Amino acid sequence: MLAFLTQRLLQIIPTLIIVSMLIFGLQQLLPGDPALIMAGEERDPKVLAEIREQYRLDQPIPVQYFYWVKGVLTGNLGESMRLKSSVSSLVAEKLPVTLQLAFMALLIAIGVGIPAGIVSAVKKETPWDYAANLFALWGLSTPNFWLGILMIFLFSVTLGWLPASGYVRLGEDWKASLATTVMPAFVLGNALAAVLMRHTRSAMLQAMGTDYVRTARAKGLHENRVVLKHALRNAMTPVITLLALDFGTLLSGAVLTEQIFSIPGFGKLIVDSVFNRDYAVVQGVVLVTSSIYISLNLLADIAYMLVNPRLRG
Amino acid sequence: MKRLALLSLALVGSMASSALAQSNLRIGLAEDPDVLDPSLARTYVGRIVFSSICDKLFDIDEKLAIVPQLALSHETSADGKTVTIKLRPNVKFHDGEPFDAEAARYSLERHLTMKGSFRKPELGSVDKVEVVDPLTIRLHLKQPFSPLLAQLTDRAGMMVSPKAAQAAGDKFGLHPVCAGPYKFVERVQQDRIVVEKFADYWNKDQVFIDRITYLPIVDGTVRLANLRSGSLDLIERVLATDIKSVRDDPKLKLSKAVSLGYMGLTINLSNGPKANTPLAKDARVRQAFDLAIDRDAINQVVFNGEFVPGNQWVSPLNPYYQEKFPVPKRDIAKAKALLKEAGVTGPITLDFMVPNGPETRAVAEVVQSMVAEAGFDLKIRVTEFATSLKQSEQGDYQVFLIGWSGRSDPDGNSYSFQVCGQPQNTNGYCDKEVDAAHAEARSKSSMADRKKAYEKVAAKVLTEGAIKYIYHTQVLVAHTNRLEGYRQMPDGLVRVIGLKLK
Repeated sequence: MLAFLTQRLLQIIPTLIIVSMLIFGLQQLLPGDPALIMAGEERDPKVLAEIREQYRLDQPIPVQYFYWVKGVLTGNLGESMRLKSSVSSLVAEKLPVTLQLAFMALLIAIGVGIPAGIVSAVKKETPWDYAANLFALWGLSTPNFWLGILMIFLFSVTLGWLPASGYVRLGEDWKASLATTVMPAFVLGNALAAVLMRHTRSAMLQAMGTDYVRTARAKGLHENRVVLKHALRNAMTPVITLLALDFGTLLSGAVLTEQIFSIPGFGKLIVDSVFNRDYAVVQGVVLVTSSIYISLNLLADIAYMLVNPRLRG
Repeated sequence: MKRLALLSLALVGSMASSALAQSNLRIGLAEDPDVLDPSLARTYVGRIVFSSICDKLFDIDEKLAIVPQLALSHETSADGKTVTIKLRPNVKFHDGEPFDAEAARYSLERHLTMKGSFRKPELGSVDKVEVVDPLTIRLHLKQPFSPLLAQLTDRAGMMVSPKAAQAAGDKFGLHPVCAGPYKFVERVQQDRIVVEKFADYWNKDQVFIDRITYLPIVDGTVRLANLRSGSLDLIERVLATDIKSVRDDPKLKLSKAVSLGYMGLTINLSNGPKANTPLAKDARVRQAFDLAIDRDAINQVVFNGEFVPGNQWVSPLNPYYQEKFPVPKRDIAKAKALLKEAGVTGPITLDFMVPNGPETRAVAEVVQSMVAEAGFDLKIRVTEFATSLKQSEQGDYQVFLIGWSGRSDPDGNSYSFQVCGQPQNTNGYCDKEVDAAHAEARSKSSMADRKKAYEKVAAKVLTEGAIKYIYHTQVLVAHTNRLEGYRQMPDGLVRVIGLKLK
């Protein structure tokens, strides 16, 4: 177990280096000049030259990369050209928001997707199964932005139950915070729930057909126990992988959903930064999310071992 | 138990009264503003926020006349080379520091010297700022420059507290300290900017709302939904297509004003190899192109007739509009005749760069079908905005649909686009007579003289120039009818003086 963990941790280092190069290199391919887009309507060549000098945009890419890595290693992710605030403070400001949203979405997805998957596998080819499949199809095929706008019209404009958009921090007022995040979390969780349902269903169907399930039944165990203890536990391995990956995706920003509900999280930050060619912010955010993503994968590996003793070599 | 009930009643009562005492105006912005430093700021949306926190030396009124704000009066010398400005007495910055001639000099010099300051070109004519007495400054100019006062009605005229600005350096924008009616409280990037009433404001009797919260909500539909559900009190940039639903809602009011800017078609005349087209080479072909466009129809089809068709860099309602050159009527026969005269045979295929957006795409398609009838084959290329800016700089376009947000002085809408080698002139238009007429307009201070100089510009630019101006947008602001005293100014800013929230 320890050896495995050390090995996995060591693998992280080259991964991060490659990721950092990719982030840096790829965004240089973006057409558009950061100084020009920052200047917008105020393009004066002298001012543009000053900005390029200030942010080292006039230097070769390897030099820019060197300074960036040097900063990162000393804990300095750089400064936003557009906002003049440090990237670390932006990340610190947005990360809790995105974490909260991702967590809520995940809870909704797990709460809906896994039970639906189990039911549709156990009650295969009954109206229950059809209903669950229909739900999954709907969840997968409903575009986020459309569902989001519909929900705003129903719950905010027509019924007036929930605020249409915006965000309140959990620490500030937890009720208001939940009220502002429940719709976006549902929109996000909805699609994920559908994916989870499909995966749970197929993994469960497979598990239900195995010998150990037949044995369990033959032992005279109650069907609930067979399903929940024997089949489900084995069926969970692929679902956990999926959850870890999807949670990572949620963190790297639910771009459209955050845009619609004006949730000031990573997704919104990254979109604004790409459109404004605010390179330092894009780099910082991507680096942080990819680190989280990598850590989540590690956690998923550990979780496998906990649910599946055969992997604990 | 009874006592408990009474107590809770009292508590509820006190909560209600404190809610009444704290009025909060929630404004929905179409974008997240950039840095809130008057020297470094460059976005239109940022100016909306500045209008509550940073007062300027001058302001404009609804008729675009220059009116004093932190200044009391101004006087330009006969040779036009010095401008003496008397300042308003007893004005304080948000940190309690006094606003005086020294502070004004500091602010202007900060605009002029700070690294990366976008105010440098705006104040480029200023050579030296002199403190005459504690409430008078004198600007010494390199040459006469009549648009200067108009510059001082915008960010270049915003005064910052020298003490706070020196302490914060280039981070001043994270916590701006100015002399406006509201002082900065907090900002959560992309979420909100909160300002509260400044108790020592020089005109505090006209400030009735305690707090203003600016909330950036990018999507126009969602912004309106927030207004309708009561989560916002005012939204800017209502979509033209939503005007009807705002008008139909008894709880909402629509305020509008013809904007200072324009939307136009920029033709690449000589920037790079792509400029090698009959449209660039022959002014007659450009006239034919112009005659093929039905400006009224664009306004009707895309904007339900709400905008204002135009053909100049200022709208037909502007005092600087040249009545001698009215909006041309569509005339396909004449367009075809001009093309024949120019010796053009067969359709002219053109690369038409269009920044991405539902309205711009719709306009582009209408223009495309109109000019097709005269023999122009526009290939629409929808391009992301940042990329389109870069490509226009590089001359990688033949026709470019691009607007300008507008300035109160006509110089700000024309000089940089029409004079040889200026930063906004990415089309390569260059005409010595036009340059001379522009220089004349800058050197004259009376409106009549300037208008005459601009007439010479119009005579050339409207027939041979690179930009075909097509329409002027309306500034559209919707707000709850609980808000009283709102008046829309043509610059699109939300002025907060005199506003009351019922």
